[in-house]
Amino acid sequence: MPTITYVQPSGQSDTVTVEDNTSLMRAAVANNVNGIVGECGGQAMCATCHVYVRPEFADALPDISEDEEEMLDCTTAERTDASRLGCQVRVSTELDGIVVDIPEGQV
Amino acid sequence: MSVVIIGGGHAGLQVADSLRSGGYTKPVIIIEDEPELPYQRPPLSKDYLAASGNPEPLPLRTPSFYQDKDIDLRAGVRATDIDRDASTVTLSDGSVLNYEHLVLATGARNRELACAGATLEGVRGLKTLEDARALHSALATARNVVVVGAGFIGLEFAAAAHAHGCSVTVLEFAPRPMGRALTPTTAEWFARKHQESGIQLRLNEGIDHFDVGPDGRVGAAVSTAGTTYPADLVVVGIGVVPNDDIAARAGLQTQNGILVESTLRTSDPSILAIGDCASYPSVHTGAVTRLESVQNAAAHGRHAAQTILGTLTNYTDVPWFWSTQGKLRLQMAGIAQADDDVVVIGNPGAAAFSVLCYRDGQLVAVESVNAPADHMAARKLLAAGRGPDPAEAAVAGFSLKEYARAALLAAA
Repeated sequence: MPTITYVQPSGQSDTVTVEDNTSLMRAAVANNVNGIVGECGGQAMCATCHVYVRPEFADALPDISEDEEEMLDCTTAERTDASRLGCQVRVSTELDGIVVDIPEGQV
Repeated sequence: MSVVIIGGGHAGLQVADSLRSGGYTKPVIIIEDEPELPYQRPPLSKDYLAASGNPEPLPLRTPSFYQDKDIDLRAGVRATDIDRDASTVTLSDGSVLNYEHLVLATGARNRELACAGATLEGVRGLKTLEDARALHSALATARNVVVVGAGFIGLEFAAAAHAHGCSVTVLEFAPRPMGRALTPTTAEWFARKHQESGIQLRLNEGIDHFDVGPDGRVGAAVSTAGTTYPADLVVVGIGVVPNDDIAARAGLQTQNGILVESTLRTSDPSILAIGDCASYPSVHTGAVTRLESVQNAAAHGRHAAQTILGTLTNYTDVPWFWSTQGKLRLQMAGIAQADDDVVVIGNPGAAAFSVLCYRDGQLVAVESVNAPADHMAARKLLAAGRGPDPAEAAVAGFSLKEYARAALLAAA
């Protein structure tokens, strides 16, 4: 089962182990990780599960869909090249050990 | 002294969470009548119903959340009465809780059909996880599905049932689907799309009664036009009724929900009401408004926590909503009315467009279909009280996103 590490703006981090194919949003909500809201339940509608994926995992990420692309333009914290919506990134073996940074704010 | 929250939905949970993150240290108790751990509702009528859908509910918060945040969740019990003089709430298990602040996040319940046959097996609503579980398994074998009511829930379910390969008929007594929430322009576009996809959307045609089938379950739906539609599964989605009875019994003012002022306090300042059950003065409609949405629930929850923590400000968040119906993604910002003036931008023919709604020349709402950038731009513009004038928006190639970027930069 893959692991995911969430790093808070304070530097504090949480590492969680999840079932294969769990989204970054769902894994965070299910493990009580602060700073990821997921208000719409994972439908790329609310942009409250914004994360910054560390560059070393960029190649293994799924492509950004048009919907995600447009929602990412509207996140509360600044969008960077590392920005993704957590609900749109499912973690399987290729992304095992992924590290993501949580932005300062989601709403 | 403590905060007691009646209702463990999106609104109730958010109050508890925001209280703790705002530094509130006294006891916080949530009363929830459903026995489950509080869960996300929006996917129940969407992804959850897909043939490939993940039948596991997404919890709103994990079990450890309640421990870590010291939130006392009492699931499976009902609040039966409020005694305002004593500042107590009585629960169905006989216990009595004292409150300093009481938050009513009681939500809404499905409006029920009163026609003949409405209680037959195979006829049900869609509101709870239990409903969604039952419908997810019923869809695996259902053939003829009838949906009563072409609102969001009805059409989301219809699209899901159609994707399962069922023959789907939707009965709607009004001339347009989603007529309470959408402009005629967008509603009519959706009606056409659903009809083209193969869903039989019968407008101006309500339900008269249900006939029983040979197995004792529902067998057919008979419409007000006298037409008989075979049915082995019926979903009723004819709106909801706010759960305001407990408030009314306690002598709080109610009127299509529990009346609150702009800080979300009821006529009793120690009692707040939020989310689907609350009617509040909206700066976006200029009227007392009751909304049924996740955004409204969560934003009310955050605001109510601030009120309890002592920061009294007016609730002014821009309302927004979404619905996914098959491949169609609908996002709405602001509150449209049927007689708003509209300007259509984008390309309805390519199923990617937005309808800009104007009242007295002012942009008041935007309905976006498969156009999330327009939607997000609209949310920002409405929050800032800005918007292009109708003539400017009507120019070919107008981009709401570019307009918002320029307008909000200029304002900053």
